[in-house]
Amino acid sequence: MLIVKNLTKRFGGFTAVDDVNLEIKEGEIISIIGTNGAGKTTLVNMISGYLKPDSGTILFSDKDITYASPYIRIKLGVGRSFQLIQLFENSTALDNVRTALFSKYGMIRRGLLPADRYTSVTEEATKILKTFNMLDKKNLTPKALSEGDMKILDVAIAFALKSRLLLLDEPTSGVATQDKFKVMDSIVSAIRKEGISTLIIEHDMDIVSGYSDRVIVMHEGKILAEGKPDEIMENREVKATLFGIVG
Amino acid sequence: MWVIYTLNALYFAALLFLTSLGLNIILGVMGILNLAHGSLYAIGAFMAAWTIIHIVTKAPVFFLYVSLLSGLVLAGVVGFLMEKSLIRAMYKRTLEYQLLLTFGALLLLEDVIKMIWGGQAYYASAPFDLLGKVDVFGNVYPIYFLFVMFITFLAGLFIWFFMGRTKLGIMLRAISLDREMATGLGLDIGRLSTFAFVLGSGLAGLAGALVVPTTPALLGIGMEPLILAFIVVVVGGLGSLKGALVGALLVGFTRSFGIAIFPEIELPLLFLIAGIILVVKPQGLFGR
Amino acid sequence: MIKNQRWIAYAVIFIILLFVPRLLSIHDLMLFEYGLTFAIVGLGFNLLLGYTGLLSFGHGAYFAVGAYTVGMIAKYLPGAYSLEILIPAALFFSLILSIIFGFLCVRHTKIFFSILTLSLSMLLFALLFKLYHLTGGSDGLRVPLPTLLGISFKGIRRPEFLSGTYYYFLLVLFAVSCVIMRGIVSSPFGKALQAIRDNEVRAELIGIRVRRYRLYAFIISGLFVGLGGALWSFVNGHVTADLSHWVFSGEIVYMTLLGGFGIFEGPIIGAILFTYLKLYAMGNTQYWMFVIGATLIVLVLLLPNGIAGAFASLGAKLMRKKSV
Repeated sequence: MLIVKNLTKRFGGFTAVDDVNLEIKEGEIISIIGTNGAGKTTLVNMISGYLKPDSGTILFSDKDITYASPYIRIKLGVGRSFQLIQLFENSTALDNVRTALFSKYGMIRRGLLPADRYTSVTEEATKILKTFNMLDKKNLTPKALSEGDMKILDVAIAFALKSRLLLLDEPTSGVATQDKFKVMDSIVSAIRKEGISTLIIEHDMDIVSGYSDRVIVMHEGKILAEGKPDEIMENREVKATLFGIVG
Repeated sequence: MWVIYTLNALYFAALLFLTSLGLNIILGVMGILNLAHGSLYAIGAFMAAWTIIHIVTKAPVFFLYVSLLSGLVLAGVVGFLMEKSLIRAMYKRTLEYQLLLTFGALLLLEDVIKMIWGGQAYYASAPFDLLGKVDVFGNVYPIYFLFVMFITFLAGLFIWFFMGRTKLGIMLRAISLDREMATGLGLDIGRLSTFAFVLGSGLAGLAGALVVPTTPALLGIGMEPLILAFIVVVVGGLGSLKGALVGALLVGFTRSFGIAIFPEIELPLLFLIAGIILVVKPQGLFGR
Repeated sequence: MIKNQRWIAYAVIFIILLFVPRLLSIHDLMLFEYGLTFAIVGLGFNLLLGYTGLLSFGHGAYFAVGAYTVGMIAKYLPGAYSLEILIPAALFFSLILSIIFGFLCVRHTKIFFSILTLSLSMLLFALLFKLYHLTGGSDGLRVPLPTLLGISFKGIRRPEFLSGTYYYFLLVLFAVSCVIMRGIVSSPFGKALQAIRDNEVRAELIGIRVRRYRLYAFIISGLFVGLGGALWSFVNGHVTADLSHWVFSGEIVYMTLLGGFGIFEGPIIGAILFTYLKLYAMGNTQYWMFVIGATLIVLVLLLPNGIAGAFASLGAKLMRKKSV
């Protein structure tokens, strides 16, 4: 699904991402962990199109998207959620998702009939909300939602765009600790059902081990280790760099 | 004749520069577009005219020129009152409300001017007449226009020095560059904003005061300077002091040469030039 | 269920409005007609402000274009001076101008956008003012009574015309405008505009070409405002350059705010209220600008959602109290 080869990005004298290689297969959920400044967000920014790499290639479904604009990547199926939530503040949760669907189906030129009359699209939006356990909140605006629900809605919108690869940037940051697992449950069950490949940036090790197929550890721009969650947890080097645990 | 056109251009540019500078300072430091800026210009004009008319026979000549400052002072005072009452309420609101409030202030002030000074025209040409004319490269030119350019030059120099070298000025620039950061540094945004607003208003009042010896103070005198100041700000870049200067010169020259060559074309030509600049550089020449 | 109730209410109001000429004096009826034309303007303007999030301080330009189309045809093409030609012509020219100005303005946002729209309308003002051979300059142009589908109104005076055929013509166009605008704002297109208003970055990211759709909104609003201007010209009998002045554009913004730009019906209510407010102020004091300015300030500070908005919040509060 996604192949990243020799990707490098420098900011002045500082190398944020250093010759990184990674591969995500269809349906896999991968987590990237690492200390702050390890290069995780820069990597995701390059994959989603907000930064252009200095060297290397990014292939998505065998297409070279290294220098493609974010707009094109979205059309191809690379979706992303943001650390700072980006929602449509004054629209209902249903509209947030439904408008994304209208846009996806090229229906936003239709200007005379009320949106509610488009029953198939409305039903699909409702179904998506249901998948994310947000059905009861469909008529609420983001102002009335909890932080966790807003995050879920953010992911639901990316979902509505029929992304085949989802990039989730710290999906549980800002969410109250007791809600973190609920949020991840909703998101991951929806993702698994559709078989969407996902790349998650996370800090919380519990979340990472609970939901990922594979974990990648980044440090100072390079990939330090890669493997199944429990392997990584046992890895000495990882423990030393991330947790400062010696021995 | 070209000498005259050029001098006229500099004269127009000078007045416009003062007005746009004021607008830009307020825009830069507070992020507010004051639609009533033209009314402050008008207040400056009326105050200066009224003062000159009342002291012209009674005081020494020197005071006639000092009394032009009365326009600056009153405009500053009105600016202070405006800031304290209205602008304070606008900080948390969105742009629409800010523009509407200043628009309401504009309507209000236009009638306040009418209430205080009535609907007649105030002629205060003494400062202009008394200075006489001088020979410039074979052309006869009124000294008063040169005087205005000189005052503007002084004002510009003062602002440049103030913004660049004094503590207060640097604090104002800090706020205009990054408001949040400035709060974090402990700057008293409230007091500094008031100061910026008063300064900006005073500059508009000064411009209005300087113009009355050449043209009578009439209702609506502030409208055209306001529109031209907007064009200067758009072309020069929002919040940029350099932009105000360059923009003012551009408009001044277009105006002067436009009127001389083909009067009808002057305004559309101005818009055409502004339009081209915006297409090439959407944020204005020196905009962020 | 709510939707049906709304349409029933609209139908009832429409029927009541049919009887208005019998209930009001000719003078009050003219005032009401002014209000109706501004209501059409407000609907159009609010598509851009309330639904797309762009504040234009230069919409007077399109009003002027609509009005001057009527005036110019009266002067130069009297043979074509009938409503069935005048209205489409006004719409056509409003379309052209809003495409040109819109294209220039939607590349910018917020303050820049407001200043640009303001400046462009003043450009039109200057042209209308200076080209007095064409446009009548500060005197403006006369707007005589038009013909409608061959029916001439020669011999009757304007007040009679306005309280008779013209009222129903205006009412029908008003109703049609409401229905069309209602359709637009609740359609997928309308939803896309609201998405742009709420978060333009995200809107772009879900595939909406923000600049293009802003332009569409701009053009549609220009059309409605131009229609309002044309219809207004018959009531006023006279068109002048200050219809394009930015202060007049400011009044359009005021009306929309007065009623409330968060609600569909807000601008309609605001337009009618403003018409009465302005005339009341002008009739009672020479300082009417002070009155309008002061009320605007009070309004912004106390009722930011406008009058309709305040009622809606009140209604919502009462509903909540009921359910508790």
